Amino acid sequence: MIKSAQLDSDARRGLSQISLPLAFSVLLLAAPLAILLAMSFWTQDFLTLDRTFTLANFKETWTSPIYRTLMLRSLKISIIVTVLTVGLAYPAAYYMSFVAPNNRKAMLVFLITIPFWTSYLMRIFLWKVILGFNGVVNGSLIGLGFIDTPLDWISYNQFAVIITLSHAWLPFAVLPIFVVMEKVNRSYLEAAQDLGDTPFQRFRRITLPLSMPGVVAATLIVFIPTIGDYVTPKLVGGPDGLMIANMIEIQFKNANNAPLGAALALSALLLVSSVAGIFVWLNRRYLKAEGAA
Amino acid sequence: MSRRVLTMFMIIFVIFLYAPTLLLPIFAFNDSSIISFPLSGFTLNWLKSLGAAEELRKAAGTSLIIASVSSIIATMLGLLATSATVRYQFPGKGFAIGAIMLPMFLPEIIIGVSLLTVVLLAGFKLSIYTIIMGHVLICTPFCIAILRSSFQQLDPSLEEASLDLGESRINTFRRVTLPLIMPGVVSSLLIGFTISLDEFVIAFFLSGTEPTLPVYIWSQLRFPQRIPSVMALGTLLLILSVVLLTLSELLRRRSARRLDQKATSGAL
Repeated sequence: MIKSAQLDSDARRGLSQISLPLAFSVLLLAAPLAILLAMSFWTQDFLTLDRTFTLANFKETWTSPIYRTLMLRSLKISIIVTVLTVGLAYPAAYYMSFVAPNNRKAMLVFLITIPFWTSYLMRIFLWKVILGFNGVVNGSLIGLGFIDTPLDWISYNQFAVIITLSHAWLPFAVLPIFVVMEKVNRSYLEAAQDLGDTPFQRFRRITLPLSMPGVVAATLIVFIPTIGDYVTPKLVGGPDGLMIANMIEIQFKNANNAPLGAALALSALLLVSSVAGIFVWLNRRYLKAEGAA
Repeated sequence: MSRRVLTMFMIIFVIFLYAPTLLLPIFAFNDSSIISFPLSGFTLNWLKSLGAAEELRKAAGTSLIIASVSSIIATMLGLLATSATVRYQFPGKGFAIGAIMLPMFLPEIIIGVSLLTVVLLAGFKLSIYTIIMGHVLICTPFCIAILRSSFQQLDPSLEEASLDLGESRINTFRRVTLPLIMPGVVSSLLIGFTISLDEFVIAFFLSGTEPTLPVYIWSQLRFPQRIPSVMALGTLLLILSVVLLTLSELLRRRSARRLDQKATSGAL
């Protein structure tokens, strides 16, 4: 530890300025998370809390078939959504950074950002309107005489959840990839071209490795929060598409079992963080192999 | 060749991004209580029905208060954090930034239930204050992302000149720094306001007897006969968000121009 007397005035000024926002985040994020953790080791009987330490909630979370099903389904949906989102966002970011003329870039970024910050709830609800049994797709197809009965594979199932969530997250996946691509030094690409690399080789050996940090950021920003979404499964998921967040909400609100809800929430967070950790580790190995790290 | 494929892809991408949103104004003015094509006619009834809804007006008021207060607090915290991290080196800097930016990477439900747990254990009542706390937490990282580019483009010699000429630090901030980064500050306020106005998950867990606008909309979605009115409300909110975001973007660009930098870095 450095004593504060030894800190230069710049460091002291920095520390004093950061202290308020840091205190806010410690007080309203770190402390509540710690209390949530404590809560997960307690038990609740209707309204009375029993504060004796027990692992029962975690045991139930990881062994009861219903929670395990929900947990694994949520993980599966999050992974599919992340792959779809980042996979579609990458070429879009590539277009914006490498193909679009410079004077259009700011406009494109703005165009991509707008949907992300407008009516989250309405956007999800609109997918219910589009994909539902009496929705826009089915209603229009029946009205036009193409089909007689509604297509049931598009409504109230995991397919609908995946489409809706991917659509909701797309803009957020594009931006981090774009920002990193903008920093790729264009002279490397010219050098590779002069030395005889084909466009594909240039992409694989320069652009892809150098844009990986953006891909990692996009992946984390989509993957981890997706597991906590409960509006989408509730609106478009049907009974088959419910996710772990719906169960967390039930435990906190209707079932009055906050300790079990806390254990479910923390277990879900632990699960996605571990998978995300493995992904980050694999990416490091890839970058090392490419000599870019 | 590949450029043409990518351009096509981008066009389809943007259409896909916007297509669902375009249904909102279409059905808000469609003269039928069933949401389906073909359209049956133009009406302003759904829009007019909003004026009569007392609960809606209350919810809108609550949301405006929460969004204003949250965006102001988040921008002030963002200013402090950005000023500290862009200009100074100090021990624990990485940890501090990580802790402050963390809400961006956390599922909102985790933030919602952990704050709810504290409120329940402490015996507080759920109110607009509990929602404000949650919203400040999630708005601050976005405000920092915007303010950071303003601070990075700021020429430190201007502040040094002011200090050398005998101005105090507070006055230097007020008379030199703040005017220069003002567009960034306003942009940060607008983004914070938009995020808070639109946020549902945290508000749903932390709202007591006074619902926010999204929580009110959520309660209406259960009634099929209310759906067209909800579409009308959604259209108004959409227009409001687009106006706020456009203002924020214009200010950000002006700021970038004023500070003589290129304007492509975007809101993130």
